[in-house]
Amino acid sequence: MIELKNVHKAFGAKQILRGVDLSVAKGESCVIIGGSGTGKSVTLKCILGLIRPDQGQIKVAGEDVTATGDRDAFLARFGMLFQGAALFDSLPVWQNVAFRLLRGSLKRPRAEAKEIAIAKLRRVGLGPDVADLFPAELSGGMQKRVGLARAIAADPEIIFFDEPTTGLDPIMAGVINELIREIVVEMGATAVTITHDMSSVRAIADKVAMLHGGKIRWHGPVAEMDAAHDPYLTQFITGSPDGPIETLR
Amino acid sequence: MSALITRPLALLGATVLAALATVGRVTRFALDAFRHIITPPFYGREFWHALVHVGYLSLPVVGLTAIFTGGALALQIYAGGSRFSAEQVVPQIVALGVVRELGPVMVGLMMAARVTSSIAAEIATMKVTEQIDALVTLSTDPMKYLTAPRVFAGLVTVPVLVAVGDTIGVFGGWFVSTQSLGFNPATYLQNTVDFLEPPDVISSLVKGAAFGVIATLMGCYFGMHSGRGAQGVGRATKSSVVAAAVLILAANFVLTQAFFST
Ligand SMILES: Nc1ncnc2c1ncn2[C@@H]1O[C@H](COP(=O)(O)OP(=O)(O)OP(=O)(O)O)[C@@H](O)[C@H]1O
Ligand SMILES: [Mg+2]
Repeated sequence: MIELKNVHKAFGAKQILRGVDLSVAKGESCVIIGGSGTGKSVTLKCILGLIRPDQGQIKVAGEDVTATGDRDAFLARFGMLFQGAALFDSLPVWQNVAFRLLRGSLKRPRAEAKEIAIAKLRRVGLGPDVADLFPAELSGGMQKRVGLARAIAADPEIIFFDEPTTGLDPIMAGVINELIREIVVEMGATAVTITHDMSSVRAIADKVAMLHGGKIRWHGPVAEMDAAHDPYLTQFITGSPDGPIETLR
Repeated sequence: MSALITRPLALLGATVLAALATVGRVTRFALDAFRHIITPPFYGREFWHALVHVGYLSLPVVGLTAIFTGGALALQIYAGGSRFSAEQVVPQIVALGVVRELGPVMVGLMMAARVTSSIAAEIATMKVTEQIDALVTLSTDPMKYLTAPRVFAGLVTVPVLVAVGDTIGVFGGWFVSTQSLGFNPATYLQNTVDFLEPPDVISSLVKGAAFGVIATLMGCYFGMHSGRGAQGVGRATKSSVVAAAVLILAANFVLTQAFFST
């Protein structure tokens, strides 16, 4: 479904991605792990075409991302949760969630859109009283969950979650992990999730990819992760300060 | 020795090239904005919001600047005119000055201060917090959703604001003239109406439309091209206001030349 080949990206003199190769099959849940600032978010943005890679090829369902004619139709297949939630602060929560349902090709009556928004909010553990608040009135963890509700509102085929559980309490994190799993299993969606939370990795992933030094350092099924003999991966999983990954102290 | 000559030249060349590149980008941005204004889908809610924000909420500041400017102008013309005993031209010169120049320019500069800055800060903040990226992933073109409604609102409301400003400016002159300079109220108004020609009013409104487009376009352009972080937002806001003010004054000169040089 998603295929990255030799993707490079630099910001000025700073080389971030140095040849990322990654493929995610249809209906698969892939989790990307890796240190802070290694370019995980940049990788997702490259797939969405928000950032243009300097080199390399990205294909979604066989179609080159940089060459798609109808961008709106292309993007209509995606849902994206941004790391900072990226809610529109001029709109109330329900209009954020139902944004896609209020305009464009998926437009439907306001009342119906609001109903769907409230149902999606419930799935991320937020009550209907939140619907009419503005994003600025919510806590960070609540904003994150509204972002999640917005990402899944139009039932997309491909969903990207950038750190869905950071800032949530352990119980809520568990609820969200379960939700992501459900979306993949029940709806057959393809999911790519970025997370630093190893328990979340085990709960969500079919497949794990570790980004380090601008490349995919290790990738494989989640079951093989613990037995893998990659010192970088092992250090990351155990969270040890000692190992090949520099920590600059 | 040669470096002494080439270095300033290279610097000059680089500056000119950068300026030309910016002009090119702004022009492309403007054309893109107009293309989005005339092609569907149209975002009615956004347009309505922009109308209120750009037009209606600007009325108080436009009224206040116009009335004081008109009043001051009357005093100056009276004082200046009395040096060669031409005090009686106050109504005509106030009308001409306000309608042809001061009304549109004052409104334009107030738009730069009030509207350009707030558009730039809002859009830059959206950019910095990834809201623009989020719009794109939700299949909504930021140019269509954010820029087109604002620029169109500038195009249609600022001429109205200029008309209001002109009227209040003339009234400011009338008030000062009748209250402290001893003019007859009815005669003053009659002189004003008799003196103004249709081209005076038309040029005023055309200027308003041009300045409205410049003010909103600069806010959108610099907001969309903001750098990262709070510093990026600050810089975008500052640049947008400076660019809008300078462009408005330059456009005013060009339009005055086009309308009135014979
Ligand atoms: N638009 C941009 N302009 C310049 N540099 C950028 C931009 N976006 C990202 N970067 C840089 O790219 C690097 C990778 O950023 P990215 O957000 O992908 O990290 P990440 O792996 O998601 O980290 P984290 O886990 O902390 O979210 C960072 O050093 C960042 O400063
Ligand atoms: Mg990130």
